[in-house]
Amino acid sequence: MSADKIIQFVFGRLNIEALPFHEPILVATFAVVCLGGVALLGAITYFKLWAYLWKEWFTTVDHKKIGIMYMILGLVMLLRGFADAIMMRLQQAMAFGGSEGYLNAHHYDQVFTAHGVIMIFFVAMPMVTGLMNYIVPLQIGARDVSFPFLNNFSFWMTAGGAVIVMMSLFVGEFARTGWLAYPPLSGLAYSPDVGVDYYIWALQVAGVGTLLSGVNLIATIVKMRAPGMGLMKMPVFTWTALCTNVLIVAAFPVLTAVLALLGLDRYVGTNFFTNDLGGSPMMYVNLIWIWGHPEVYILILPAFGIFSEVVSTFSGKKLFGYTSMVYATVVITILSYLVWLHHFFTMGSGASVNSFFGITTMIISIPTGAKIFNWLFTMYRGRIRFELPMMWTIAFMITFTIGGMTGVLLAVPPADFVLHNSLFLVAHFHNVIIGGVLFGLFAGINFWWPKAFGFKLDEKWGKISFWFWVVGFWFAFMPLYVLGLMGVTRRMRVFDDPSLQIWFIIAGFGAALVACGIAAMLMQFFVSIRDREKLRDKTGDPWGGRTLEWATSSPPPDYNFAFTPVIHDADAWWDMKNRGYKKPVDGYRDIHMPSNTGAGIILAGFSVACAVGLIWYMWWLAAISFVGIIGYAIFHTFNYKRDFYIPASEVTETEAKARALAAEA
Amino acid sequence: MASAVKTLAPGEEVVFHLKEEPHHPEGSSTMLGFWLYLMSDCLIFAMLFAVFGVIGGNYAGGPGPKALFELPLVALNTAMLLFSSITYGFAMLAMVRKNVAQTLIWLAITGVFGLCFLGIELYEFAHLIHEGATPQRSGFLSAFFTLVGTHGLHVTFGLIWLVTLMVQIGWKGLIPANQRRLMCLSLFWHFLDVIWIGVFTFVYLMGMLR
Amino acid sequence: MSKAPTQKPSPAKAAAKKAPARKTAAPKASVAVSAAAVEPHGHTHAHDVDHGHGHDDHGHHDDGHAHGSMRDYLIGFGLSVVLTAIPFWLVMSGVFAPQLTGGIIMAFAVAQIVVHMIFFLHMNAKSEGGWTILALIFTLILVVIALTGSLWVMYHLNTNMMPQGMDMNPAP
Repeated sequence: MSADKIIQFVFGRLNIEALPFHEPILVATFAVVCLGGVALLGAITYFKLWAYLWKEWFTTVDHKKIGIMYMILGLVMLLRGFADAIMMRLQQAMAFGGSEGYLNAHHYDQVFTAHGVIMIFFVAMPMVTGLMNYIVPLQIGARDVSFPFLNNFSFWMTAGGAVIVMMSLFVGEFARTGWLAYPPLSGLAYSPDVGVDYYIWALQVAGVGTLLSGVNLIATIVKMRAPGMGLMKMPVFTWTALCTNVLIVAAFPVLTAVLALLGLDRYVGTNFFTNDLGGSPMMYVNLIWIWGHPEVYILILPAFGIFSEVVSTFSGKKLFGYTSMVYATVVITILSYLVWLHHFFTMGSGASVNSFFGITTMIISIPTGAKIFNWLFTMYRGRIRFELPMMWTIAFMITFTIGGMTGVLLAVPPADFVLHNSLFLVAHFHNVIIGGVLFGLFAGINFWWPKAFGFKLDEKWGKISFWFWVVGFWFAFMPLYVLGLMGVTRRMRVFDDPSLQIWFIIAGFGAALVACGIAAMLMQFFVSIRDREKLRDKTGDPWGGRTLEWATSSPPPDYNFAFTPVIHDADAWWDMKNRGYKKPVDGYRDIHMPSNTGAGIILAGFSVACAVGLIWYMWWLAAISFVGIIGYAIFHTFNYKRDFYIPASEVTETEAKARALAAEA
Repeated sequence: MASAVKTLAPGEEVVFHLKEEPHHPEGSSTMLGFWLYLMSDCLIFAMLFAVFGVIGGNYAGGPGPKALFELPLVALNTAMLLFSSITYGFAMLAMVRKNVAQTLIWLAITGVFGLCFLGIELYEFAHLIHEGATPQRSGFLSAFFTLVGTHGLHVTFGLIWLVTLMVQIGWKGLIPANQRRLMCLSLFWHFLDVIWIGVFTFVYLMGMLR
Repeated sequence: MSKAPTQKPSPAKAAAKKAPARKTAAPKASVAVSAAAVEPHGHTHAHDVDHGHGHDDHGHHDDGHAHGSMRDYLIGFGLSVVLTAIPFWLVMSGVFAPQLTGGIIMAFAVAQIVVHMIFFLHMNAKSEGGWTILALIFTLILVVIALTGSLWVMYHLNTNMMPQGMDMNPAP
């Protein structure tokens, strides 16, 4: 076998050209990442933290730690996704009057594709999943989720997907198709390079994690609720989590199937979405949006749940209209399957089809409206405390409502024919995602941070971050509505009309303000950790909470509850406080807990290796890792001893410490 | 929505925690969790059926169902899968009777039927490809090979799982964990037969009627 | 807004999600009497875990999941054979017109799927407190929406948008 053939076999289509030595921005980024990475790894080694990290975090099956890891992943990827945003704003503000800007099309197209993929799949999804993972078992009075090992595996698969996307920055390139990779552009004929393959495998790997997480949380909510907690006594966040995870289990298989078919077109030469030989690219658009629309409800429903908890807590009042909130959530869940065509009104399905979906799209805004009214009625005559979670919630109400209204506007097919794929659309979805999902996540982070870490977040930096974010958002996206109405298309790199530039400059200014908001948020984390003793939450209930997570210490012990609570009312903790319930001080039992395992990270590692092999046509690597996945999974099933007991003495000690701390408050 | 404090009978105390651990038996969520996963798998197949429905008529000038499908072979295949379903059922009955040997025998027979199914299917695929009816030839063939092939892949994984489980039962006997695994595989196996009903009806039989 | 204990929700679709509340994580006797007093459903936990056994209970501890009996499997098998053989025969012999045959075999497919669900998968409305069948119904609704929706949409798209003159017919 000649040397050439051997190299081709071993390296597939990977060669030295895949490394971006000629791209100064990437070289600089890589250098920074390398230095930062080496510093981080060096520090961990120096402080001898590897054993601790492996034992306590990487192999954990504790839903709380897994939730925190999801949040960290999401926040880190937010920085990468936002960097993409800044790059786009800069390019679009510059590229007028003959100037090409500083990004050529080859890179610009990757930037907007990566921005969308990262923000949806590796920022919003992990953070939403992370919060649900952390909070739901606590809110239902359980010790953990139904399938703790699967939870760990799900996290690492999501992280693996993120690794694959990040790898594309430095080795090879990313897709240039937009975040949904429509064929024929994403087919082999028009995107023969590795970019779309990175896209496909990153999402397939992460998708497995998400789907299993969905199964896990549904089973948890159905099976592991504390006695007395009927469905209509669950906290609203748990209800929205249930509906969200139902959507996940029902929608992600569609994404898996569609990406698999695109992959088959690219790897095997099938004709699902090709232009000829009987393929139908329009079918891809149809199927991907059957996933895509439920996906956005997967993102927003947990945020609605967060707002319900925050509004009732900080208004000091029971949530208004619990039953209608539940109904609204369920109706949204079901209706989200009946609107998907509104994403491609212009593809040509005709008036009858468009009318049907336009009407259903308008109908789905109604339950959301009902929710807003319920929140307002909760606030009415409440004793409102404008702590940070509440501030984010008010900002949400105003911002999201505007975004929702532009959505109803877009739901009218004739209007959409003008506005489809314009900057108006871009403004709309950022309006609802940032105003709804992101503000909700920030409200949730500020709300539940004390529970997770035992100290509150610094208020001053939090407020600074808040104002930069909110003002920055409005400056960044209102101009886009104007531009969209004027007819400017999305994903444009260079512009001819000089009168548009001022709007892009204003939008760029807004992005700069948001950058300050992010910096202030990082500062908030830093200052809070530094001053944590001053900000300590000693009682476990810093806000006067209403639901069961506030019944534990901050942070909760590994086992969450020494005794399983018994529920009599929605707002179970509020009920307990009102009736003078005191937690028992003795009579503790041994507590049955699941053991940590390395299987999750190992299987995810094999998956990433397999993906890399498939992307670069290194078939030997793909084959070996695939066998590794199957083999290790089978090996893992031979381990029947996956649990242990926390002795009652340890429980006694932990509870005593928590009581002592609370007494100091 | 009033949340009036409930009036209690005199001397009655409200209980806010359990003194004893509630008995969440090990693996009490397993069947529901597996069923939910199976529902998601059902949706994957639904998508493949949808794709087949849309482009299954796109022959691109190439061979269509009438030229390619041999219904007697498909009938034989269907019989293999149906037999494997009932032999798995017998295995479950043996499991309930706690008879390890019988369970293993019926599982083995199920495996043999499953292998026959796969063998016949692979023969059919090889034959089609030899005739030039490759997955790359047309939208119809892409959809056909993917739908039927995905089902076959599931059967393959089911067989790997079956063998693994037989080894584990041989090792640990019919402990509760293994019984749960057998019940999950049972759901999986019967579900695959349900999908096959859809396949032979909508792909093979309807294909011959088009 | 009433907090009715057993709700019959009016939106028909919402009914698909609103199974009567069950405390599936029910502990058994250890819940004190007062828990029953405050439990609006009026259920006590005395009825223990619902096994969903329609058939013979072997008296062993299982975790509440239905098992079949020999009778069930044989009936299921027999019905399946019949429901498979007839469609194959109808198509292979061509006694009816294609449209009619198509309709019949689809009906038989649905019937056989139901047979499999009942006799092999032991589907019943009590398994997991009703959540199993709820999940199935929800999935089926979504499958119907996705399938009919896709076919409807794609038919319209193809009619309006596909270029003329593309030969999609099979080789003669």
